[in-house]
Amino acid sequence: MPRPSRRLLVLLLLAPIGLAVAAPFTPSSDQQVLERLPARAADPRMRELVDLRRRLSAEPRNAELAVLLARRYYDEVAAEGDPRYIGYAQAALAPWWDLPDPPLAVRVTRAVLRQFSHQFEPALADLAEAVRQDPGNGEAWAWQAAIQMVETRYAEARNACQHMAPLASPPIATACLAAVDSVTGNAGPAAAALRLALQNNPDVSAPEKLWALTRLAEIEDRRGDFAAAEAAYRSALALGITDGYLLAAYADFLLDRGRPNEVLALLKDKERSDLLLLRLAIAAKAAGAPQLAGWSADLAARFDAARLRGDTVHQKEEARFALAVLGQAPRALALARENYAVQREPADARMLLEAALAARQPAAAEPALKWMAESGIESVALRTLAARLKGGA
Amino acid sequence: MFALAALPALAHKPSDSYLTLQVAEQVSGQWDIALRDLDFAIGLDADGNGEITWGELRAKHAEIAAYALARLAVEGDGAACPLRAGEQLVDQHTDGAYTVLRFRADCPRPPAHLRITYRLFADIDPQHRGLLRLEAAGLSRTAIFSPQAAGQSFELKAASRWSQFIDYGVEGVWHIWQGYDHILFLLSLLLPAVLVWRGARWQPVGRFREAFVDVLKIVTSFTVAHSITLSLATLGVISLPSRLVESAIAASVVLAALNNVVPVFHGRRWMVAFFFGLIHGFGFASVLADLGLPQGTLVLALVGFNLGVECGQLTIVAVFLPVAFVIRRSRFYQRAVFVGGSMVIALLAGIWLAERLFNFKVLPF
Repeated sequence: MPRPSRRLLVLLLLAPIGLAVAAPFTPSSDQQVLERLPARAADPRMRELVDLRRRLSAEPRNAELAVLLARRYYDEVAAEGDPRYIGYAQAALAPWWDLPDPPLAVRVTRAVLRQFSHQFEPALADLAEAVRQDPGNGEAWAWQAAIQMVETRYAEARNACQHMAPLASPPIATACLAAVDSVTGNAGPAAAALRLALQNNPDVSAPEKLWALTRLAEIEDRRGDFAAAEAAYRSALALGITDGYLLAAYADFLLDRGRPNEVLALLKDKERSDLLLLRLAIAAKAAGAPQLAGWSADLAARFDAARLRGDTVHQKEEARFALAVLGQAPRALALARENYAVQREPADARMLLEAALAARQPAAAEPALKWMAESGIESVALRTLAARLKGGA
Repeated sequence: MFALAALPALAHKPSDSYLTLQVAEQVSGQWDIALRDLDFAIGLDADGNGEITWGELRAKHAEIAAYALARLAVEGDGAACPLRAGEQLVDQHTDGAYTVLRFRADCPRPPAHLRITYRLFADIDPQHRGLLRLEAAGLSRTAIFSPQAAGQSFELKAASRWSQFIDYGVEGVWHIWQGYDHILFLLSLLLPAVLVWRGARWQPVGRFREAFVDVLKIVTSFTVAHSITLSLATLGVISLPSRLVESAIAASVVLAALNNVVPVFHGRRWMVAFFFGLIHGFGFASVLADLGLPQGTLVLALVGFNLGVECGQLTIVAVFLPVAFVIRRSRFYQRAVFVGGSMVIALLAGIWLAERLFNFKVLPF
């Protein structure tokens, strides 16, 4: 069990002082760059956003325009991970946001935005009503499946995937079902089916390929076929789309394989993203890289800032930071438990098991162990952790 | 084609601004607002190259001040305090660069009551939060502004000494009324107050005055004793582990109750009250600590709390004693209430003792 890293702790305790010393200042030169925006104004994406925004402010009750703008903002979130765009999207939908019965497109978009801040029940309610009004709304089915997976409602997720299947391309339809199958005891056939679907449909769009390949990589990783998982991750990365989730997932894979230096290379200059900074810090600790102290202080400050505003959506990340970087097992366990009350995907279960093991409190892992037994999930990593917990390691 | 249903990874926290207000003779403020947010709201990147330079920011200072201060309202004692912009600096927070807007709120006189209405970015980003730190009268307090909580009020003057005294007194009364173990201890000592041990058995006391004086001695010595230890514990002179204290309190109730059934002490019950009162005082100390003690008025708080406890006890006595005196001759009192009641108390306290010693919970209270 790792000892708390004393030096790191001292540095972190000093960090607030450091931040206090970093007081307001007057820059010395007009040319000094203070902030970099996500894109230049002339960038077509930016121009489109500005244009849509202008048009919407002229007709704020134009639902079609509002949904279009909200969707564009949401696409920016996936690229940058900056949740400001969620707020902007919500503002675009302001005329309908609190209505019990908004137009269908608004309702689905509202659900997508709400699940972002883990408001899973209201999101599912909206999606259920959306498919009731429009059973051919593939997107609503897809989001239902995704949220139900987080809540381990596998039968409902499978049902949603089946409704979505005729409305989506084969790789997407197969990936949805494969994700459910892989956590309910059919990981091998699920992976094979998904691989086949990708092979037989080479012309699907890059974003769809990315999604399907990421799911495939996760399934293979859990099964323990690490070569296949790596191949899938690399194919996904080769598509050239910046996706924070994919980068984080591949980084976790590399960390598990004991390849922290590759993580440092993969995520170079991506410290702006909290999630990727976490992986960088873990990799720095494993590789003994000098940036560890700075990155850890930065991460701790970001978690504190989020807590100051009352956010509770980062608990899994904070738990991992507490355990993997700081070695604070009891705190990590408390955070992992709070997280598991809301989200119960395999990664959340793994966090709980790891924290319970490190804190020597096997009883705390009970909910995750129960889920493992009931679901039939095939995961090499989870199985190893469970064995160590039961063996009283 | 629909956006793909993966739960995207949140890379940052949503938008915040940091607002500090200091209230002394005047109200002065500092407002840190993210450049990203301002760029979205009013545009800062004049040359459109995706970078905000100090020159570009400086050129927009007047517009930033006008935009931000128009969306903040400060009222002191009900009167509007016009906001006057001062200089602007720059600061780095965890998620990027912020402008640091210094300003004044010109309140007609130093306010005792402040109301702040915050509407920055409410129309363009409902997830934006204004994080306030308010410093007034030596106290620092915080608040979070959101579109759902846009207007918030703050009392600035520290409460008067008299009202603080009353507050602690009320806490003392309340705590004794909620302290079942303390009440049962007291009752165990009060039950025999209307009786007297004569001829190797309990007999009803002759006059009310006897009972009353007896009770007065008991309650007062109990109060004096717990005041002593409560003060010592609160001031940090003595510190005992709470499990030990709570177990000892439960034991004291058992002993006091059993003493009614098999009298060992029957003459000087006020000494028993004093001795065990010392222990009960330690039990009160944790309550007082939880309330938070003002450094400047510690004595006030202690005296207030102790007097409150005393008053709480006296009300229990005032209810119990007259009734007990009236029925003291009856078999009902001498058998059921006195002996039976004492045994029930002893049993209950025995369970508490076991719970507290061995750290489990059986009873719901």
